[in-house]
Amino acid sequence: MSEALFTELTVFILAIFIGVEVISKVPTTLHTPLMSATNAIHGIVLVGAILVAGTFDAPFNAIVGVILVILASLNVFGGFTVTERMLEMFKPRPIVAKKDND
Amino acid sequence: MAGVTVNPVNVAYLVTGILFILGLRYLSSPRTARLGNRLAAVGMLVALVAVLTQGIVQWWIVALGVVVGAAIGIYSGRVVKMTAMPQMVALFNGAGGGAAALVAAGELLKLMNANPGEPLPFDQTFTIMLTSIIGALSFAGSIIAFLKLQEVMTGRPITYPGQQVVNAVILLLVLVGAGFVIANTNILTWYWIALVAALSLGVLFVLPIGGADMPVVVSLLNSFTGLAAAATGFVLQNNVLIISGALVGASGTLLTLLMGKAMNRSITNVLFGAFGSVKPGTSASSSTSGQNVRSVSADDVAALVAYANAVIVVPGYGMAVAQAQHSVRELADQLEKRGVEVKYAIHPVAGRMPGHMNVLLAEANVPYPALYDMDDINPEFERTDVALIIGANDVTNPAARTDKNSPIYGMPILNVDKAANVIVLKRSMKPGFAGIDNPLYDDPKTAMLFGDAKKSIDAVVSAVKAV
Repeated sequence: MSEALFTELTVFILAIFIGVEVISKVPTTLHTPLMSATNAIHGIVLVGAILVAGTFDAPFNAIVGVILVILASLNVFGGFTVTERMLEMFKPRPIVAKKDND
Repeated sequence: MAGVTVNPVNVAYLVTGILFILGLRYLSSPRTARLGNRLAAVGMLVALVAVLTQGIVQWWIVALGVVVGAAIGIYSGRVVKMTAMPQMVALFNGAGGGAAALVAAGELLKLMNANPGEPLPFDQTFTIMLTSIIGALSFAGSIIAFLKLQEVMTGRPITYPGQQVVNAVILLLVLVGAGFVIANTNILTWYWIALVAALSLGVLFVLPIGGADMPVVVSLLNSFTGLAAAATGFVLQNNVLIISGALVGASGTLLTLLMGKAMNRSITNVLFGAFGSVKPGTSASSSTSGQNVRSVSADDVAALVAYANAVIVVPGYGMAVAQAQHSVRELADQLEKRGVEVKYAIHPVAGRMPGHMNVLLAEANVPYPALYDMDDINPEFERTDVALIIGANDVTNPAARTDKNSPIYGMPILNVDKAANVIVLKRSMKPGFAGIDNPLYDDPKTAMLFGDAKKSIDAVVSAVKAV
């Protein structure tokens, strides 16, 4: 294993620890938005897709390249959109409605 | 190192990593969650702007791909029904896994073009194979999960004799193929063999998993796609991919373990147990007798809940199928007007993905403080007049506490049978997904209201208004 790979492994392992720490604080009521938000975040593979499909020495034919970029963009844009839409729905107890009840 | 120069692109990637972590942190409360989502989106924007400075020449490929992907993504994100979120997440998992595998394949081809005839370094081939295998597995597995959730194919486990043996052989083929690629032997041939084998394995490993176990599978595939993205980071030696992938991997893994715990089953049991398959010999003959089942009308239910002090609603997948969440909310409004206290009890595996019921009820404008987790609500059933079960079955089955022979024995359940009255809304007396008898239905204090959940609730609502 090269020094570079070991450094990357270090970053990976520490990031896992941060992930576990942060995610374990997400309440169960938000677990579906959490999943769609992580869908958006793993859309970061779009960075890799652009590097592989868009650079000078791109090995793919154009169609495969476009499909690759589409797949990754789907996650990014779809993930953030649907997460935002879901989170908009989560409302605290309405104060006005309470008054109606009394 | 005089005058240290830092590549600004790497600074941008660091910013992205930080924004992703902060974004997830803000998901710790519904109050701050939207800010979190937006921070993460800004982080993504930073990374994308940065990568566009990295010698992109095929602009039209990037532009066309992003525009089409964004159009489809934003459109489907806006119109998807909340009941269909599990399918949506499954599709995104698949797309992410597929993209990761393609990136790795592209890097392999690039490497081979750049070093014709030379052996490829271990670091590269190893990480490329890892990415391709995990990516292909999650791509193919997610497609099957999607088809099952969308009910294009049966939600029941699909099993056949020698299934485990077939899977083991294919897994071996994946590993052998990867080994040959890493050993620089007939690289392309073995690469495609390993890739096709990994795709088949993805298909075959989700086929025997039943619909009720989908929360575990969707979470696990989410974790896989995260790991695939991280592995892409190793291939491209790109920290932002490694960090983001690790975050997603951690999230998916935590949710997977949580779901397993909520069913009192190990993840291996979920994946290989074919839970809910129809076992020959133990068919419907042994099912709940049905003799003691008491069926009531919507008017009876209305009278019961309208004069109650406290009602707990227990939603399940049946509520999602019937799209009954808005009617449920209307019923709760009517009851609250009459001074009845209404709470919702959410079992961790109710529905088809983690948090599925919460999102549906949020969509119907139920305030999130009214939704209670299993551990918080269980002590309250004892002082509750009516437990109203809407399309939930196994998560309310008292056999999980009492019957050592029940397949779900030991699974933590909602203690609905402790309530003074239990009302079960159900389509028919057919046993639940797992085909397990539910002695709750024979309990003298249980009354059944048969029919489509939405129609039944609507009938109860009009009856309550008339009370």
